[in-house]
Amino acid sequence: MPAKRPKNPARELLFGDLWEFDPAPETAPAHIAPRYDLFINGKSTPPKSKKWFDSISPGDGKKISEIALANEADVDAAYAAAAAAFPKWSATPGAERGKFLYRIARLLQDRSREFAVAETIDGGKPIRESRDFDLPVAAAHFFYHAGWADKLAFAAPGRTLAPLGVVGQIIPWNFPLLMLAWKIAPALACGNTVVLKPAETTSVTAMKFCSILQDAGLPPGVVNIVTGAGDTGAAVVKHPAAAKIAFTGSTPVGKWIQHTLAGTDKRLTLELGGKAANIVFEDATIDQAVEGIVNGIFFNQGHVCCAGSRLLVQESVAAEVLKKLKLRMRHLRVGDPLDKNTDIGAINSRKQLEKIRDLVGSGLQEGAEIFQPDCRLPSRGFYFPPTLFSGVSLSHRIAREEIFGPVLSILTFRTPEEAVEKANNTPYGLSAGIWTDKGSRILDMAAKLKAGVIWANTYNKFDPASPFGGFKESGFGREGGKQGLLDYAKIV
Amino acid sequence: MIPSMPRIQRSGLQSLLREVGPVDRIGLEERVAKYTTRSIKKSSKRFALNLAVSMVDLTTLEGKDTPGKIASLCLKALRPHPDPSIPSTAAVCVYPSLVRHAKKHLAGTSVKIASVATAFPSGQAPLRTRLEEVRAAVADGADEIDMVINRGAFLAGEVDLVRDEIAAVREACSSATLKVILETSELETCDNIRAASFLAMSVLREGDFIKTSTGKTSENATLANNQIMLDAIRDFYLDTGTAISMKPAGGIRTSKQAIQFLIAVKETLGDAWLNNSRYRFGASALLNDLLRQILKETTGRYQAPHTFSEASGSY
Repeated sequence: MPAKRPKNPARELLFGDLWEFDPAPETAPAHIAPRYDLFINGKSTPPKSKKWFDSISPGDGKKISEIALANEADVDAAYAAAAAAFPKWSATPGAERGKFLYRIARLLQDRSREFAVAETIDGGKPIRESRDFDLPVAAAHFFYHAGWADKLAFAAPGRTLAPLGVVGQIIPWNFPLLMLAWKIAPALACGNTVVLKPAETTSVTAMKFCSILQDAGLPPGVVNIVTGAGDTGAAVVKHPAAAKIAFTGSTPVGKWIQHTLAGTDKRLTLELGGKAANIVFEDATIDQAVEGIVNGIFFNQGHVCCAGSRLLVQESVAAEVLKKLKLRMRHLRVGDPLDKNTDIGAINSRKQLEKIRDLVGSGLQEGAEIFQPDCRLPSRGFYFPPTLFSGVSLSHRIAREEIFGPVLSILTFRTPEEAVEKANNTPYGLSAGIWTDKGSRILDMAAKLKAGVIWANTYNKFDPASPFGGFKESGFGREGGKQGLLDYAKIV
Repeated sequence: MIPSMPRIQRSGLQSLLREVGPVDRIGLEERVAKYTTRSIKKSSKRFALNLAVSMVDLTTLEGKDTPGKIASLCLKALRPHPDPSIPSTAAVCVYPSLVRHAKKHLAGTSVKIASVATAFPSGQAPLRTRLEEVRAAVADGADEIDMVINRGAFLAGEVDLVRDEIAAVREACSSATLKVILETSELETCDNIRAASFLAMSVLREGDFIKTSTGKTSENATLANNQIMLDAIRDFYLDTGTAISMKPAGGIRTSKQAIQFLIAVKETLGDAWLNNSRYRFGASALLNDLLRQILKETTGRYQAPHTFSEASGSY
């Protein structure tokens, strides 16, 4: 056994260039139009603002399309269309609404390769993830909620569900199509109509999705998509016809929305930031925990609200975990998002890249120890290497603020109680991870952690049947599962 | 240890499992699934295919093996294809009684003669008999001995016995390379496979192998059990400095699979293991599929199966 052998000097593993992988780009066409108008009342509609803004591919910094900038008048037109469509849509039998959702799900599957490539070009995430995660899970959400559409009478015992009306939905740039699916599918299943605003840096797949809605024969006005930045979003939030606002994005914007809606009878669900603790106990399966840590923080370049961005490791195994994590990080391939071998793609925007650089700079300034594997970053586009900080304390900015990038902060703990204390010492409470070989400890920890989603011996797993949402400043309301459905309906 | 501290009575296997730590199958499967999404193209594919050919232990382990069959196997191993850029395989792997026939064809060549011994595949013979079989194979000219561990003793918790037997076989091998077959499907759990890997490595010399399976049971080499053993080799190497080699065997029939196994090696142990003294494939049907893919890369077309000389049958 290792301990019984005389120790030779420590040896290094050689991860060199003996066997380099050739580029393996995904070449399927993405069919991105040079210009996208708004989608109002089932038709592509030029913006009344007469303005368009550029959509940039973060992989190479090049312009890929022009996106319509919706002003208040455009948003008003979208709400008018949604309100006009509501009476008929909400009276459509659930089984019929379900058919539309099934159709959308199947069309999305049919065109998943094309959409995956578009998502990768538009948002910078690696094609492996858009192909194997975003598209299948987005389709799964439509399938799941299609199943609910004719079973609303069974969601609340002795009562039934009624739609709310027109719902305004604002989604983020990290999972553009998937977040669209999370928002639209339950809203339609319950009989609501929708005005949805995608994030300004990632509108392309939402606009491509409009063609699926048309092909599915969805009645005009049931889903309307308006594009633009903060002002457009504000118009969506403030519009008097909205019965509910559903927002996924940053905590400051969420707070502003909640403030703005105060005193109205609009419903609100918020899915905001996170600073999740991923807790590794000494009895964990270390190699698999390391893999889970990597999935937790480097998935989608760390642009994940539930990313396991604070690693809490029990002191007795901290050195081993750190050593193995560094070895594992040497195999993360950073580069062209369209290359099938890329593990970490492009940072979504220049603005986000600057934010990550700023926070990493503060980590260095505050004295944390940085590690980044050697990796050549492409000269064009927005890239940041996978990064970890060890020797981090809870008072560091990198341990408190959401970085939303491929940056992991490592802290240590001595006892389970200290782990709970540190994990909960954050304004956020979206998710957490527990790594231990001991089942009873999983149950005990899960009860004590203040987070909406807790993974045990795995991380970043999603299923439409499993509700997702936060505690504290990570928001309220759930998406997915029966709980998520109830947030789009009145119990009558 | 503090002298007054009471000793906790544990079986050898229990202590061993605690010492080497557990493995979680779900997480393991997730890790190895990523190898299968790697897309290996063009020159990197040709490199991998040639490398895989050079790592094949071309194997025949059948009751109907004859000197004539061994002769054709040896010639195939030496020159898998008329194309001179395609390397020889690493070794042939045969039963002990056929080693002397293989010797006639392979003496003085780069192709090694490996022989399964120790009452392969069950290992259910007295130790004396097993050791005698090893000595006979080495005396007949075997360069490498593939032994099976005593799974019965392992599962009964008698790990010291298993280790002592491996050490005895290693002595019997003299200068021949030893490959220790864990027979992963009979150890069944991930924890057992990791534990047995460490148990074997603790008495092996640098350059000796641990090997997944005999090829004679329901499940043979998989990316998952390969990964458990690669992780164990890595941990053992970083801890002791002794580099143990690895041989997955059985069930690897296609080039695609072989490349996925090589990606696992590249991303777990690195460049130093990407050669046939550190990594082998125990296979027979694999060789012709590798040749088929190599010719497809060079000619752009798939060749008909009859283009390639016959490989051995099962395994």
